[in-house]
Amino acid sequence: MKPAPFDYVRPASIDEACTILSEAGGGATVIAGGQTLVPLLNLRMSQPFVLVDIGAIPELRGVDRVVGGIRVGPMTRQADALEDQLLAQHLPAFVRALSHVGHHQTRNRGTIGGSVALGEPAAEMPATAVALGAEIEIASIRGTRRVPAEAFYLGPYMTVLEPDELVTGIIYPDWPQGHLVVFQELAQRPGDFALVGMVGALVIEGGLIQRVGLSWFGMGPTPMKMRRVEAELQGKAPDALDLKSLSRLAVSDAAPFDDHHASAEYRRTVGGRMFTRSIGDALALGEVA
Amino acid sequence: MSEYRVEMKVNGRRVAEAVEARTSLGDFLRLKLGYTGVHMGCEHGVCGACTIMVDGRAVRSCLMLAVQAEGSEVLTVEGLADAQDALHPAQDAMRKAHGLQCGFCTPGVVMTLASLCADRRCDEQSMVAAMSGHICRCTGYQGIRRAITMLAAEVGSAGSDT
Repeated sequence: MKPAPFDYVRPASIDEACTILSEAGGGATVIAGGQTLVPLLNLRMSQPFVLVDIGAIPELRGVDRVVGGIRVGPMTRQADALEDQLLAQHLPAFVRALSHVGHHQTRNRGTIGGSVALGEPAAEMPATAVALGAEIEIASIRGTRRVPAEAFYLGPYMTVLEPDELVTGIIYPDWPQGHLVVFQELAQRPGDFALVGMVGALVIEGGLIQRVGLSWFGMGPTPMKMRRVEAELQGKAPDALDLKSLSRLAVSDAAPFDDHHASAEYRRTVGGRMFTRSIGDALALGEVA
Repeated sequence: MSEYRVEMKVNGRRVAEAVEARTSLGDFLRLKLGYTGVHMGCEHGVCGACTIMVDGRAVRSCLMLAVQAEGSEVLTVEGLADAQDALHPAQDAMRKAHGLQCGFCTPGVVMTLASLCADRRCDEQSMVAAMSGHICRCTGYQGIRRAITMLAAEVGSAGSDT
């Protein structure tokens, strides 16, 4: 349970970090809060030559209002984001999902960017980014680029991030005040990764669903966006919805697998009920977190 | 294998040591500095026994490298009692309510509770919720719950900032 040896660097700027990553030629791993990475190091599932600690780069920290949305610095600690007024006011679904990430003690170290960049398929933060339509800002010595969260995830712990690239921001688009929060998760214990979960937001204006973003987590190799259900919900009146058939459609957008916690069939069964309940709750209760 | 010089404050004492990058903060505190109240359990962030305070926040010392604690203020259970060795209210409540049996998980539990007291989040609900980050195989948690009830009443009513 001790990591293999590695070197350690703590760059002071994004440029410096990108240079180190580029020169390491794939042998470097970025550490933010380390709450998922250090277990992987301890179990020797990850064996980098050099660990690049981005904890001392001030511009990677904090939550800011930007044109059309909210930008979250990847080094923002989960505990700080949970108390952030901007996020509470503008992205209640994000805060709701975040409160289910790990435990008090791991949120004190764990970061938003770490969770987003790692891409654990059963984690809340990647699915939240996908559901809300966030963009991931990525830097390297070759320049910067932005990737929609939906296109960022390729498989479990696999993303489009190249070995020389660093996530420098997660930009969540504005959702109008009063939008409805959808969130539900089933886990064996509070703080565990979800067996099944869903997260998202709904905008109802003039009695019709005007905008919707929904994603599963723990229901496939990546966060699974409920594309067909979103298309189906768009423009509909909430009380005219057939939640039963929509739940079947939602589950068909997922690709759950068997593992030692639960079977794929169990996940589909629970997912269907979870969908009916959480959409029903959001619409009936007008739950504005 | 290169070593890195690291400086931090541990229980009020300034320390400067050379460590391997891979050394966890928990192992550093135990093996280099002798703070054996830091109990290493699972070493992958599940059990909570190794919980300490870094800059006032409860963190798992198995999930943090010693080099990452550069410039930090670290508090272990050894530094919790005051100069006269009077127990911290969290320790006292755990003792009075019989919140421990074998004691392996106890330093971690106590450090989480003490951090919440310091952060003025010593309401019963917050403290019970934070216990999801600790595994106790002896007590069935009921003793710990009683300790929390006692602690919330005491610290809450005293308006203490300990």
